[in-house]
Amino acid sequence: MMESRGGSLMRMRGLVRKEFLQVVRDPSALAIAFVLPVVLLLLFGYGVSLDAEHVPVALVVDQPSADTASLCAEFEQSRYFRPQSIVGLRAAEQAMRERRVDAIVHLREDFSDRLQSGRVAPVQLVVNGVDANTARLVTGYVQGVYAKWLEHRAQAAGQSLAVPVAMQQRIWFNSNLRSRNFLVPGLIAVIMTLIGALLTALVMAREWERGTMEALLVTPISMREVLIGKILPYFVLGMGGMALSVVMAVWQFEVPLRGSLWVLLLGTSLFLLTALGMGLFISTVARIQFVAAQVAIITTFLPAFILSGFIFDIRSMPAVIQVITHAIPARYFVAILQTVFLAGDVWSVILPNSIALAAMAAVFLGLTRRLSRKQLS
Amino acid sequence: MSRLLALIRKEFLALLKDPRSRFVIIGPPIIQLLVFGYAATFDLNDVPLAVYNESGSQASRELIARFVNSPSFQQVATIEHDSRIAPLIERRRALLVLHIGPQFERHLREGTTADVQVIVDGRNSNTAMIASGYAQTIIRNFSIDYAGRSGTEAPPATITSRAWFNPNLLSRWFIVPGIVGLLTLVVTMLVTALSVAREREQGTFDQLLVTPYQPWEILIGKAIPGFLIGLVEATFIILVAVLWFGVPLRGDLSTLYTGIALFLLSAIGVGLMISSLSVTQQQGLLGAFLFLVPAIILSGFSTPIANMPPAVQQLTYLNPMRYFMIILRGVFLEGTPFELLISQFWPLAVIGVTTMLSAAWLFRRRMY
Amino acid sequence: MMDESAASVVPGQPATPGHSTQNDAAKPVVADDVVLWAEGLTKTFSAKPNDVTAVRGLSVRVRAHRITGLIGPDGAGKTTLMRLAAGLLVPDEGRIEVLGLDCVRDQAAVQARVGYMPQRFGLYEDLSVQENLDLYADLHGVPQAIRGRRYDELMRMTGLAPFTARLAGRLSGGMKQKLGLACVLVHPPQLLLLDEPTVGVDPVSRRELWAIVNRFVEHEGTSVLMSTAYLDEAERCDEVIVLDEGSLIGQGPPSQFSRPLTGRTFRVRATGLGPRDVQTHLALRSEVIDAVIQGDAVRVVLTEAAASQPDSVLTGLEQAVIESVPPRFEDGFIATLRAKRSAGSAARSPVPTARAEPAARDGLVISVRHVQRRFGEFLAVNDISFDVPRGEVFGLLGANGAGKTTLFRMLCGLLPASGGTLQVAGVDVRKTAARARARIGYMSQKFSLYGTLSVQDNLQFFSSAYGLSGRRRRDRIDWALTEFELGPIGDQTSGGLPLGYKQRLALACALMHEPEIIFLDEPTSGVDPLARREFWQRINSLVHQGVTVLVTTHFMEEAEYCDRMAIMMSGRLLALGTPSEIKQQAVSPERPEPTMEDAFIALIESKPPAGGAHA
Repeated sequence: MMESRGGSLMRMRGLVRKEFLQVVRDPSALAIAFVLPVVLLLLFGYGVSLDAEHVPVALVVDQPSADTASLCAEFEQSRYFRPQSIVGLRAAEQAMRERRVDAIVHLREDFSDRLQSGRVAPVQLVVNGVDANTARLVTGYVQGVYAKWLEHRAQAAGQSLAVPVAMQQRIWFNSNLRSRNFLVPGLIAVIMTLIGALLTALVMAREWERGTMEALLVTPISMREVLIGKILPYFVLGMGGMALSVVMAVWQFEVPLRGSLWVLLLGTSLFLLTALGMGLFISTVARIQFVAAQVAIITTFLPAFILSGFIFDIRSMPAVIQVITHAIPARYFVAILQTVFLAGDVWSVILPNSIALAAMAAVFLGLTRRLSRKQLS
Repeated sequence: MSRLLALIRKEFLALLKDPRSRFVIIGPPIIQLLVFGYAATFDLNDVPLAVYNESGSQASRELIARFVNSPSFQQVATIEHDSRIAPLIERRRALLVLHIGPQFERHLREGTTADVQVIVDGRNSNTAMIASGYAQTIIRNFSIDYAGRSGTEAPPATITSRAWFNPNLLSRWFIVPGIVGLLTLVVTMLVTALSVAREREQGTFDQLLVTPYQPWEILIGKAIPGFLIGLVEATFIILVAVLWFGVPLRGDLSTLYTGIALFLLSAIGVGLMISSLSVTQQQGLLGAFLFLVPAIILSGFSTPIANMPPAVQQLTYLNPMRYFMIILRGVFLEGTPFELLISQFWPLAVIGVTTMLSAAWLFRRRMY
Repeated sequence: MMDESAASVVPGQPATPGHSTQNDAAKPVVADDVVLWAEGLTKTFSAKPNDVTAVRGLSVRVRAHRITGLIGPDGAGKTTLMRLAAGLLVPDEGRIEVLGLDCVRDQAAVQARVGYMPQRFGLYEDLSVQENLDLYADLHGVPQAIRGRRYDELMRMTGLAPFTARLAGRLSGGMKQKLGLACVLVHPPQLLLLDEPTVGVDPVSRRELWAIVNRFVEHEGTSVLMSTAYLDEAERCDEVIVLDEGSLIGQGPPSQFSRPLTGRTFRVRATGLGPRDVQTHLALRSEVIDAVIQGDAVRVVLTEAAASQPDSVLTGLEQAVIESVPPRFEDGFIATLRAKRSAGSAARSPVPTARAEPAARDGLVISVRHVQRRFGEFLAVNDISFDVPRGEVFGLLGANGAGKTTLFRMLCGLLPASGGTLQVAGVDVRKTAARARARIGYMSQKFSLYGTLSVQDNLQFFSSAYGLSGRRRRDRIDWALTEFELGPIGDQTSGGLPLGYKQRLALACALMHEPEIIFLDEPTSGVDPLARREFWQRINSLVHQGVTVLVTTHFMEEAEYCDRMAIMMSGRLLALGTPSEIKQQAVSPERPEPTMEDAFIALIESKPPAGGAHA
């Protein structure tokens, strides 16, 4: 019994060393693990943002007056807008069609008169609704600018503007609503999904195609040892890539890390096992590199991008789709990362998501183990 | 000519004859179109709401009723104590907590501003912003109505807002045309990026090279199936977008298809470039990913290019997806006429011609 | 020497099991010196459209401490039997035991005691020689203490000692194969299973491989089961097992297969005619079972009836002489298979040979002058010149890495030359490669067809690729389907065809445009002797029509088919001439009549390799 355990250790050591040597010889694996996360994180960390600033907006004033001037000045001071005065609604509409402006603020001829006489003076806002999300944000910003202007105006007139009910807003975890704070942890999840798949999706298929699998199979090695020998090196590489990503998130993008490192380690380990398991599974089922590659492209990036809750909130999806998202490992990792980074070690979030990841890892690795019998055919 | 046709036919057969390969090209895009069409949305329905009402007054109940009756919110919990707020939000059970203090009614009666506290989970800042926007609207309307009833002065001016092209601000109208671009790109990459490397590894490439085909003929033979498959899939996705998702198609088809053709040209050019560069299929796969991922994220598909820092914005000018997104959304929602899109067409054409030429050049060099 | 029960079968008769084990199947009584025991073994693979039964009710025994050869045409079930013995496949029926252990139940124990080298041995090409050895030593649990001595011994035997730090991918084909064998032997197995270990290996490396195997059998008492497509190798085995279509044809020492043909094997020489014409003539006669070219003569096997009057086959040949030669294993093998085939089904129609007047051999079709090709610092082809006239079969021989393939690729226009001139069909390949390519047919060792396409689609594609269309294309496709007997399988995907069919299809594709030159790159590598004969018969008929053939090969037997040949080493031309001329160079007192292989080895060894020989 003792003898066989020693043999098993020796075999695994041999396999792991072989896999490491192959990784070192083929720089593409190292590039996947270490260069890819840095490049992608830099590109996306800066590139992906939902915070609209400097929105080009057309200000159309039919009849200039002191009131319209002060309202325009309020727009000028806002960091959200890059206003430009355009004469005539028609010209402004043309500008919007040509996508030179995203919104039109129209103050009609009677704006000042109505305002002076205490009647309701409507401000007309036309937004380009194509990007509904941005349109909504722009509408909100315009309302904010407008409320500020009213306040300043009342102050100037020596009155206090007494609104019966006012909303006092407190945003937890991300008080100034930087979208980067939630996008960067999500991006890490998407990038790690890619890395996991790219590292392992082809390794099994490659051994089959090159005939090395047959040579491995006739040695006393067990299939379990083969799989562990495959996973261990890529696990270490993946962890390295993850460490790099976390360092960049914290130092480069200044995302707060409120949870503890070891919880992060736990979540990452479970996720990597799932991602690597999925890659191995694809590779084992496909057995041909061409098909394995196609399946890897289709099943990893886009689902992780769209269905993980990284950018599109899962709660907004129809119920059926919400159910489907449970099959995406990145979903759980996104939840864990966003919580550990922004909220801290909230066990009520981390525990169920970790369990889900562990279960998925078990399923993928178990299926791979079952499918890769020590037999050909 | 018949020689070229034979080459094209062979490429089609090589792609579609194998049932696994056929499924990979046809099946997933359809499934993904449906799933992503529904999943990719920034619209928020049924925001989980927790209510903490310390006032117990008529007015507070009325305000809460407005929240509960709004389609945007769904009450999931009622809170009796401060200490319950944190767990609800941390566990993501509630996205937003509406807290009405004990002084609410007194302030209202005295004519001073009564504050209502709204606590939002900011982990997803976009969701947080939208949810708090909804709350803001409900509270403002309540405020105006209350003022109207109690005879206090209403704010002197209001904003009437109107959205062009997408009056109900459905983000699905924005996302689904984007998916046309997304899936077309993925399919063309699948078809082209690995095709040369695969022949190289299988040894058929030599066999092909000893035939009298010129390199450019081989390249065209590889490009046309990608083009046709991309065209068919794009058409299918457009049909689904219009008939199933109800996205309006306001522009004319000739403009749309000009855009699709130019986009396919540039996507295939990139795919064949990757293909000519890679010796093994693994390199091809890596190359496909290295192009796909940034091309999609930096295309404006999900997050506007205008939000990116200037340096990254400059970079997006190299991305064919960027132009295609504008064309798709323009033709679908705005009905943009051909002339206004010429500024998008020519960069696509330039990218297409450049990548095709470099693919041909790389192809010749890598022949040996 | 031979045990009676093991050598019970003679060629041409169906195998009968030595004794029935039906009654005591649970615990078979196996003699101590039987290392592999199989009874009623059947294995079927599901495939479209019909399932393939690779091994059918097979019962064999392999005995200890000797080399047993496993011989048979493609699809005989050789590899399947090896895999069953290695525990890689589970039999559908029957049982197989190795060293007294059940291969299914005691898979792990079997694999700990057996060494198996698959056809494409799984070396990790991005690992060095030493690292590959370490890996397999780890996998087999070889204790650290004895590794050093073991490695030294293996490296000395394989001659790889100077290359331990080199990446396996950078070794030549022969060296790779030797390293593969070394990896299997790191943990000395009791039974060594070798699946075609010498395919694609040059004669020098082949001889070294045999020396290693022999050493293990003699010094360590290893038992060896080795499959091979080289019939001359069968003669070196202590015993051979002949399989066909999954069934046992016979088992015994090789001489047992050749003995029945004593007195039926002859050599024919005709002074007026070339050997190819003699062979064509003889192959058509009903009393001739087999006719192969050997240098300037033709070796024939006659039917029993004709053997008493061998001169009768010479009618129609002028100035021909016939002399008796001793039978070889190959003669017995071919005769057995031919007998079985013609008995089983309707006799296969002989390959139609064109009876057109032999075209005149005039003009140079290929002209190579001072050709060079460098890869960086390394000269793969160094100042080579030769000419090939129309209608000649010209062979390029050389060890792995000698520069054959590089030269070949330059002639096809796949690789530009660094210097010198190359003319093919009167066209300068360096300038107008596409025009030259339209006039050549090319078939490579991998039979590179589009595996997912059907036979018809492949033919259609390659005919159109060469610019055939309409009526002419239809005619040529019909021609190919009938001529190569591909009609019945026209709709099948070519990837799933047996090797012999793939080879035929590949040749058909290369001939669609009726090229005047065909380039064959190791065309029969791994193909069984029957298919190889058939292939050369086709080539001969093409040569009759004036087609020029350029062929690279490792098969020394195949070299005999050539009119002239060139032997290459380290990028240089070592010898150029007819097969007889080349053999003449190796004549020595001990070897008055050297074989082509002897000549090849002697030539290679007379010139010690230069520095870059093995790149």
